Amino acid sequence: MLPVYLDHSATTPVAPEVLEAMLPFFDRAFGNPSAIYAIGQEAREAIERAREQVAHLVNADADDVYFTSGGTESDNWAIKGVARAWRDRKNHLITTPIEHHAVLEACSALREQGWEITFVPVDSTGMVDPDEVRRAITPRTGLITIMHANNEVGTIEPIAEIGAIAREHGIPFHTDAVQTVGKIPVDVQALGVDMLSISAHKLYGPKGVGALVVRRGTPLRPLLDGGGQERGRRGGTYNVPGIVGLGAAAERAMRCGVEEMERVRALRDRLVEGILQAVPDAVLTGHPVNRLPNNAHLAFAGVEGESLVLSLDAVGIYCSAGAACSSGDTEPSHVLVAMGIDPHLIEGSVRFTLGKDNTPEQIEYTIQQVVRAVNKLRSLRVSG
Amino acid sequence: MREIYLDHSATTPIAPEVQTAMLEAMREAWGNPSSMHLFGRRARDLIDESRVTIARALGCLDAEVFFTSGGTESDNMAIFGAARVAPAHRRHIVTTTIEHHAVLHACQRLQEDGWEVTYLPVDPYGMVDPDDVRRAIREDTWLVSVMHANNEIGTLQPIREIAQICRERGVWLHCDAVQTFGLLEVKVDELGVDMLSVSAHKLYGPKGIGALYLRGGVKIAPLLVGGAQERELRAGTENVPGIVGFARAVELCEQLGHEQARHIWYLRERLRQQLQECLPDMQVNGHPIQCLPGILSVTFPGVSAESLLIALDQRGIAASAGAACSAGSIEPSHVLLALGMDESRAMSTIRLSLGRGNTPEEIDIAVEIIAEEVKRLQRRAVASAPVQGI
Ligand SMILES: Cc1ncc(COP(=O)(O)O)c(C=O)c1O
Ligand SMILES: Cc1ncc(COP(=O)(O)O)c(C=O)c1O
Repeated sequence: MLPVYLDHSATTPVAPEVLEAMLPFFDRAFGNPSAIYAIGQEAREAIERAREQVAHLVNADADDVYFTSGGTESDNWAIKGVARAWRDRKNHLITTPIEHHAVLEACSALREQGWEITFVPVDSTGMVDPDEVRRAITPRTGLITIMHANNEVGTIEPIAEIGAIAREHGIPFHTDAVQTVGKIPVDVQALGVDMLSISAHKLYGPKGVGALVVRRGTPLRPLLDGGGQERGRRGGTYNVPGIVGLGAAAERAMRCGVEEMERVRALRDRLVEGILQAVPDAVLTGHPVNRLPNNAHLAFAGVEGESLVLSLDAVGIYCSAGAACSSGDTEPSHVLVAMGIDPHLIEGSVRFTLGKDNTPEQIEYTIQQVVRAVNKLRSLRVSG
Repeated sequence: MREIYLDHSATTPIAPEVQTAMLEAMREAWGNPSSMHLFGRRARDLIDESRVTIARALGCLDAEVFFTSGGTESDNMAIFGAARVAPAHRRHIVTTTIEHHAVLHACQRLQEDGWEVTYLPVDPYGMVDPDDVRRAIREDTWLVSVMHANNEIGTLQPIREIAQICRERGVWLHCDAVQTFGLLEVKVDELGVDMLSVSAHKLYGPKGIGALYLRGGVKIAPLLVGGAQERELRAGTENVPGIVGFARAVELCEQLGHEQARHIWYLRERLRQQLQECLPDMQVNGHPIQCLPGILSVTFPGVSAESLLIALDQRGIAASAGAACSAGSIEPSHVLLALGMDESRAMSTIRLSLGRGNTPEEIDIAVEIIAEEVKRLQRRAVASAPVQGI
């Protein structure tokens, strides 16, 4: 049963069938895809197949899929690339305070170049109000970037409504879908997004590869400039096994994602229910319904999230206090602060994110151990 | 049909030991290195060890090595990152006409933003004159970027001399060592560079991973932001198996040491001499001595490089015209033109690049096939040439 890994929003293991698909491209078909000879050809065909697999998963055109080194690069590219394409014609963007740092810091970089940034607020469940987005639009608005689902609390944003507003005003719209792709249906047409970021290692694919889906006609300049790969929009020798792995992970998600997530959702519901029943004044943070099916973000008053994480670590349960991306950080989570969560609860919050290999036994064990650890930590506090 | 791979400058096959190390990392250390728990710590430890290995090979501190997604990103990061921290009155860059597009395109993009760039010429061997660098550096120069060895013709640049000049003038020097690292000794202190780009897939490591060396005290701005990874200079969840594979590949190259380069140079000379005997009008490009051991750039007058490459491919030989990156484009190579070559000769030039897996026997077979195909294409070219002068 052990270990119990409950940190799938930080990263996932590579699925066996994904690894299987990647293997031939480490050695046999190692050619540089840009070359004209046969071994390059095989790599090139594999890349195009992966492009179609990714496109299929998000209902995009294969030609609109561009491979990158991960979610961070995709986010940086979308934001800086659009700004560069506008040159001086636009200089205002709209985002939210709960974005991943990859988005927030890319926006800050634009601010240094004279862009103005509007952060539309979120409510106490982490939800953005589309009307607030509409009100924030000015004639100088050149970009809207709002994440599909938040990586800490799991709240799923009303992207389709925001997409419709963006389209109405002809403003390029980017969404960071790193946490949703592979977990819930993602359809770029239905969402009305112009750009969408994907990262393979969040959906049982390899680390170091991702994609940016870019609707044709979106003003976007390259971020990485070099050898003319990706139709001149993203330089760098293709990470062939990585790209093949992302394609295989996309296909895997297409094949078993829905079913898998229903199972994970049931486990997650049981985990939340079990903990809330047994631990007095524990609360579920984020949206009660519109949330990622694998996310349980819980706050325990009177407990330090980090201490709880360490206590669980000692009994073979691995989860995180806030986002992995910012762990090591001692700052309180910017997401929870933006949601207006009570500082005591912020301090005591822990994120459990489930995955395909978790079992009911593991969940029951986790409930037990959480109850035990919280009680112990609380009694220490009282006596201390 | 026997396949003979003669395109190691484009990319190399992954070494079996490297693949093993990567698979193990994927199985045993797949956590997010930023996670505090066991899974994260295991991955973090592997990254730390790998960084030490690469730092040792470069002769620098591990804190001076930053992992990237490859040579292109390293080049972009160095140039854009340095540019971002430049004072307003120092917006001039000196580079050469034969750099990789990852450097050239980055410089061109800076020109759009009002930077001035001096592209230094090279001599007919593809060599930059350090005195040209000295003359090109101005009061407002912020950065010099010169590659260690050129990827199309193999010529090695006098980086030490250039570094000396840069140091005297208080200008940063970036060096793209993607083609040399792993094959020749690349020690950052001996070279005297401030920034240096390397890429794993050129040294029998994985694709999609590279590094940028930044001398302590050289503070540049990040290109990818949004996470505290790589000491806040390169955000993004680390490509752990890629990093592990990179380090393992570097270790293997170190173990092979000079033997690797010697073997490759021997094969290259065997190839050159035999081809020259069969095809007396063949021209060899690049510097005869100051060059990479494995690159042989050759011009066959009157032969279309593209037709030749297709013919060779059909007979099992993988080679390329110019850089792999720009293959597919049928423009003449900017490097060959910079040597003073005319367009038609540039379009008759191919690059054969050898690696440690090649054997003397393969070279002999390759010579035979190349000679046959070149002669066949030359005959065809003569037969189909318009009759002139009547
Ligand atoms: C919402 C979100 N965006 C972006 C990223 C960054 O992706 P990557 O780790 O592939 O760079 C992450 C995860 O780290 C994420 O959760
Ligand atoms: C000299 C040189 N610089 C940079 C690169 C780019 O490296 P990468 O393919 O890892 O992006 C290459 C190879 O493609 C190269 O030969």
